[in-house]
Amino acid sequence: MSVATTRISVQGSEPIFHVIDEHDHPEGASTMLGFWIYLMSDCLIFAMLFATYGVLGGNYAAGPAPRDLFDLKLVALNTTMLLLSSITYGFAMLTMEKSKIGQTQLWLAITGLFGLAFLGIELTEFAHMIHEGATPQRSAFLSSFFTLVGTHGLHVTFGLVWLVTLMVQTARFGLTTANRRRLMCLSMFWHFLDVVWIGVFTFVYLLGMLR
Amino acid sequence: MNPDLVKMIFGRLNLEALPLHEPILVGTFAVVATGGLALFAIVTYFRLWTHLWREWFTTVDHKRIGIMYMILGIVMLLRGFADALMMRLQQAIAFNGSDGYLPAHHYDQIFTAHGVIMIFFVAMPLVTGLMNYVVPLQIGARDVSFPFLNNFSFWMTVGGAVLVMMSLFVGEFARTGWLAYPPLSNIGYSPDVGVDYYIWGLQVAGVGTTLSGINLICTIVKLRAPGMTMMKMPVFTWTSLCTNVLIVASFPVLTAVLALLSLDRYVGTNFFTNDFGGNPMMYVNLIWIWGHPEVYILVLPAFGIFSEVTATFSGKRLFGYTSMVYATVVITILSYLVWLHHFFTMGSGASVNSFFGITTMIISIPTGAKMFNWLFTMYRGRIRFELPMMWTVAFMLTFVIGGMTGVLLAVPPADFVLHNSLFLIAHFHNVIIGGVLFGLFAGINYWFPKAFGFRLDPFWGKLSFWFWVVGFYFAFMPLYVLGLMGVTRRLRVFDDPSLQIWFIIAGFGAFLILLGIGAMLVQFAVSILRREQLKDTTGDPWNARTLEWATSSPPPDYNFAFTPVVYDNDAWWDMKRRGYRRPLTGFKPIHMPSNTGTGIILAGLATAMGFGLIWYIWWLAAVSFVALLAVAIGHTFNYHRDFHIPADEVVRTEDARTRVLAAGAQT
Repeated sequence: MSVATTRISVQGSEPIFHVIDEHDHPEGASTMLGFWIYLMSDCLIFAMLFATYGVLGGNYAAGPAPRDLFDLKLVALNTTMLLLSSITYGFAMLTMEKSKIGQTQLWLAITGLFGLAFLGIELTEFAHMIHEGATPQRSAFLSSFFTLVGTHGLHVTFGLVWLVTLMVQTARFGLTTANRRRLMCLSMFWHFLDVVWIGVFTFVYLLGMLR
Repeated sequence: MNPDLVKMIFGRLNLEALPLHEPILVGTFAVVATGGLALFAIVTYFRLWTHLWREWFTTVDHKRIGIMYMILGIVMLLRGFADALMMRLQQAIAFNGSDGYLPAHHYDQIFTAHGVIMIFFVAMPLVTGLMNYVVPLQIGARDVSFPFLNNFSFWMTVGGAVLVMMSLFVGEFARTGWLAYPPLSNIGYSPDVGVDYYIWGLQVAGVGTTLSGINLICTIVKLRAPGMTMMKMPVFTWTSLCTNVLIVASFPVLTAVLALLSLDRYVGTNFFTNDFGGNPMMYVNLIWIWGHPEVYILVLPAFGIFSEVTATFSGKRLFGYTSMVYATVVITILSYLVWLHHFFTMGSGASVNSFFGITTMIISIPTGAKMFNWLFTMYRGRIRFELPMMWTVAFMLTFVIGGMTGVLLAVPPADFVLHNSLFLIAHFHNVIIGGVLFGLFAGINYWFPKAFGFRLDPFWGKLSFWFWVVGFYFAFMPLYVLGLMGVTRRLRVFDDPSLQIWFIIAGFGAFLILLGIGAMLVQFAVSILRREQLKDTTGDPWNARTLEWATSSPPPDYNFAFTPVVYDNDAWWDMKRRGYRRPLTGFKPIHMPSNTGTGIILAGLATAMGFGLIWYIWWLAAVSFVALLAVAIGHTFNYHRDFHIPADEVVRTEDARTRVLAAGAQT
């Protein structure tokens, strides 16, 4: 809330009990805080999925184990895609700060392509596993694996839908205050997914190979 | 017709899903349908649909949304209480070889629906409604941080309630108990739609609850009036802040665990199954990590209400404000460290059980501190026993009993004896009715004049109070006795005839509560009829202490013509004491959010999607999902979501209030 004059009572004079000169609420003043809190609530969903994987991840039910399924090279490539997409999103934000709309759109598009590549590789991996009979129904390990990794992938998918929406809006309405704020939110969302993926990569794939 | 085609169009929905063979349900349907048609006819006759749509359904005004939450909660209270009455009647007569009047599959749905409805669709909307209405006023704000989101949250809660109510007449509800433990709730043992109604009802409503939690946190953190530091916030705002933090930190857990259960049911994964490495206890742990904070989500705002009421009606500053705030925060944190006490019998071993037993007992310390703070506030106060204060005193007596039986249950060896017995049932009804519900009734009686400009009728209110309080003791004290004798929960018939007398007493108690609810409804009706006599023109009928009483009753759309500046915990009391004069000139246009129908459309689509998923009507689910996305994205293309209330309209509103105040001062 923007307050022009908040005079605290001076001794002797009458206390001021209301703001005399008030301006409009700055648009979206709470959005960043709200979006942070939303991200934390989403983080909690991932925390639950990690916890479930932690408890059930060793229950192979005489089925395949991580060592039989994971292809670390493919996962490394996939991780690279996502990390690069975060960097390019960062570039998009830098160019946005300089109000260069063309470059912003270009970096956003590149980010989207990296995101698509990530999803493509992930789906290939899933298809391969399912083809080998390692379906989500096969064991509790696979149920929790597919759910954790799949939920992350679903988030990336929604992130892409959002990215395209924002690109259209930026093209139509320019880098307005509202659009900048929205791009900031998506930026936070995108980096958040990156951080979650680091957790997935470490705890699911790397530690899985050691098991 | 081709059966495959029929299946594609209707999923597993068919005519047998309509409970035409169950006279109780047919009767209920007849009553509900007649009532619904009558309501529809009245609204149509008086041409109110446009008004309802423009002024209420699409509103982003936190006050109207708050009132709609309250109406939802009270309507659902009637449904939840009807379930309770049916259970009490069944248990009172199912002795000596009698099967009672409810078949097992119906009885099991009733106790499940009772729990789900009372927690999610009575207590939650009432609590959220009060927070929505009061918090922005208490902190001197014009609205919440995200007004559109607020409207959307409300309609999602309604969507969940609609799904749960629909299960009464289309298909059936879960027969699993209110937390739907697997493996019973898995597809193998519950192949019908009941658990799916449960899952999607809660998921749809849960989205609304989480978003409204985020919204209110931002509101309290960002929109406080100048001068109102954290330690100058009214206690109700403090407890609301803690409650919303709890909501945001626990409802995602419920979302996640229900999603896993639905994967088990729909996809055939093995999270909570008995084979292929699944672990049903994982579900029990996860759902209680949400479930225990949930009870504090409900009771903390009630504590806040009692704090406001006690200070106001004792005519004194609240005793120990700082300790009250710290106690609230400590309860907030501790509420995450006790979940395992709901299943000491799981067999986690002595050390784990001891840890959770001790943390549970520790919670009684901050709670006890609060109790003493209220007592010391009353001490040497000039107490006015108006209705809100009466509910507060009843709470203090009742809640202490419930708290002590809670500490008893926190002792693991005792819990092994009392687990899942009627003693437990008596305990949590003791704290939820004695704490949450009494608090809500205190709050309703306290803030009603603020919301509508007239008080609630005291005679019918007192009648309701006495029926409720006495009825509560009759209904639940026998359950303590029965629990100690070893009777477990959720039983439909009994062998031992010596137990019957206790169930009859409990049934009598439920009947008294019925009278209490009836008296409350009459109280609302009588108050509306006598609104001229009960009118409050001052905006401050109780000589209260916090900012919401500084504006008119009901407040104008913009709440405060000028944003107040705060110097004291009891901001309004301070203003009155120091000779505050209402500003009469210098009004400016006020910036406000515009109404939108997007919230109700989105929630309607989400409900349709839930219905499709419940009945395996895949096309409906897919179409509604795509539509949901399209409408949501379409909404973001609207960049003009605000308007200004012109200055002369503000002047008109404020001048009218000046005249009312002057007229009130003369009489």
